Amino acid sequence: MSKKVGILRFLGTNCDQDVWRAVENVELQPEWLWYQDHFSESDYCAFVLPGGFSYGDYLRCGAMAAKMPVMKSLSEAVNKGKPVLGICNGFQILCESGLLPGALIRNHNRHFIDEWVDLDLVSANKYWAGELNECSIPIAHGEGRYYVNEDELKKMEDNGQIWWRYRHNPNGSVSNIAGVMNHKKNVAALMPHPERAMFDWMGSQNGRIFFESLLR
Amino acid sequence: MKVGVKVLPRKEILDTQGRAVESVLHQQGQEGVNCRIGKYIELEVPGQNKEEVSAQVKKMVNNLLYNPLIETYELEFYE
Repeated sequence: MSKKVGILRFLGTNCDQDVWRAVENVELQPEWLWYQDHFSESDYCAFVLPGGFSYGDYLRCGAMAAKMPVMKSLSEAVNKGKPVLGICNGFQILCESGLLPGALIRNHNRHFIDEWVDLDLVSANKYWAGELNECSIPIAHGEGRYYVNEDELKKMEDNGQIWWRYRHNPNGSVSNIAGVMNHKKNVAALMPHPERAMFDWMGSQNGRIFFESLLR
Repeated sequence: MKVGVKVLPRKEILDTQGRAVESVLHQQGQEGVNCRIGKYIELEVPGQNKEEVSAQVKKMVNNLLYNPLIETYELEFYE
């Protein structure tokens, strides 16, 4: 099996180097995918959309990145069942592209929040983080309030698409949601940054398991 | 033809920007005033046939300019 993990970069992505190091640290092979690229999914075992401020968050966060050529290839990879992880802006891009339900809007308290949060697992994702039941990792976002309407939320809950919940809701997210999955569960995304919690000197190594679990 | 696209956050969505401005308006004595803030996008589209331009603009709006989950839109045509 390929050990290559494609890391998508858009204009304004800025957590790409951190994700590269995280992937490298668990003995996988990171490879850049530029926003104009087309790729063949069979060369990769998984894909990560890192955080940042693609297109300066203009129009709506993630909206323009979601329309870039590389997303066409990513969408084909998703159809073929390849695992995808979206982190922060990557989560926003996946929602805007329609690969995940819902949207991420301005935090209810209007603040940019940069702090450690405690997360509780709701439904496990077999590719990312596995059976890790709870973790403490950092958030850093101004627009991280997850929103879906009640009907869609009910469907997602029934289908086990809620991945993580905040123990203490920092941003006003519907139903304390920090991370979700698509219907097939191969696309998963969260607002917190596992790549910022890889070693004890960073404050925790809870984030390691998100990437290590790909190898299992 | 010039077309304006007025985009507003849906009523059921908490409009944080609108609420911040609203609270300052209230501090200035404008009690009871409601404020919602969206964005206005002005497009210059080649072509003069209103029907064709309208279809083209709607395509752009649906494909990129608004997110139906959280926003509503209205078009304004300048003659």
